Amino acid sequence: MVEPLYPRDRSWHPAAHFPDYKSSIYRSPQKPLIKAPPSQNEDSGPVFGHDMLGPLDNDLIRNFAAPGELAIGPRMIVHGRVLDENARPVPGALIEIWQANAGGRYRHAKEGYLAPLDPNFGGCGRMISADDGTYRFMTVQPGPYPWPNGPNSWRPAHIHFSVFGHSFAQRLITQMYFEGDPLIQLCPIVRAISDPMAIDQLTARLDMEATAPMDALAYHFDIILRGRGSTPFENRPEGN
Amino acid sequence: MAAKRLKESPSQTAGPYVHIGCTPNFAGIKGVYDGDPGAKMLTDTVEGERITVTGTVFDGQGAPLTDALIEIWQADALGRFGTMNSGFTGWGRCPADQSTGAWRFDTVRPGASSVGAAHIIFWIVARGINVGLHTRMYFPDDPLLDSDPLLSLIEGARRETLIAKEVSPTVFQFDIHLQGAGETVFLDV
Ligand SMILES: [Fe+3]
Repeated sequence: MVEPLYPRDRSWHPAAHFPDYKSSIYRSPQKPLIKAPPSQNEDSGPVFGHDMLGPLDNDLIRNFAAPGELAIGPRMIVHGRVLDENARPVPGALIEIWQANAGGRYRHAKEGYLAPLDPNFGGCGRMISADDGTYRFMTVQPGPYPWPNGPNSWRPAHIHFSVFGHSFAQRLITQMYFEGDPLIQLCPIVRAISDPMAIDQLTARLDMEATAPMDALAYHFDIILRGRGSTPFENRPEGN
Repeated sequence: MAAKRLKESPSQTAGPYVHIGCTPNFAGIKGVYDGDPGAKMLTDTVEGERITVTGTVFDGQGAPLTDALIEIWQADALGRFGTMNSGFTGWGRCPADQSTGAWRFDTVRPGASSVGAAHIIFWIVARGINVGLHTRMYFPDDPLLDSDPLLSLIEGARRETLIAKEVSPTVFQFDIHLQGAGETVFLDV
């Protein structure tokens, strides 16, 4: 018998209704969530095989570029592990990322920022975590960008992550920020998370060990999915 | 010694450009992936009754969400989750139409599982949704509705928010309301 997933700690996640983030005002449920009875239905999911991936899927510098061309911007490795709450590796997780280009501009019909498109940058990448939970992307450092929230709102540089573990109930979309970015504390999307340690968990660290000399800086970012167990959920991670 | 317990990574909104990462071909970013994951749920050999499930997600002002991404997860026609035996993954992903907000899945009608009435599991993300929303869609003509363990937790009017409208015997409409009098029941799963 498989043990149930730990309940999601809603106090660790951002508030659904956070008026400083204007889009949440009319898009947040007002009634409490209903606790679903335990069932294997939500707690199961599709299997993603490595055969779905192309050789450049995790290389955003080259996967949209014309032959012989490269995306513009500071070259960067983003890597880490997908773990569960018991600190066990989660292999076979589908990780999909998207980001603005080095100037802070997305390749999207609804994007209106002045910064130029890079003809060699699409902005999407994907990977499946290895047996030890590790994943690795090559990309360029995304730029910060303005957005129509307040009169002068700027997003910190970030990469969006969609993560699909083994269970539909583990489904997660989040964003990765960069250590030392002063815009993190100013951003209402970030500040919808109340616990500074939770925000810290979304902040990638410069990782000189993993840097490719004369090639690319590296940032380390671990992703934690819900884990299984029968004991109550209380402890918090140590700061790092 | 107690095992070290980590915290789940906090969620953040999918934002308005979720399509770039999750459905790049839909977003016009061609040539990177062969196709968009979850775009096709059926194969030619799939067993079961083919149905279409369609709907729109509405905000608290009644406006359709034209930037949402919907994922579904369901049993096959025999009520089995996660089996590939019948040529059916059970998983679908569909972006809302960028002008109308409508989404649509061509799938098979799920069989009842061992623990309740047949249903389709939904997960909704979009700009302004800080934590992805789980809900379920049930079928209006299902005799097992009254004995379903989840539905029996929910009182009359709210229970109706989880039951699709039959447009035709093979087309079901499931509109999702994020707020207001008809706010859909969302689940902590
Ligand atoms: Fe963004």
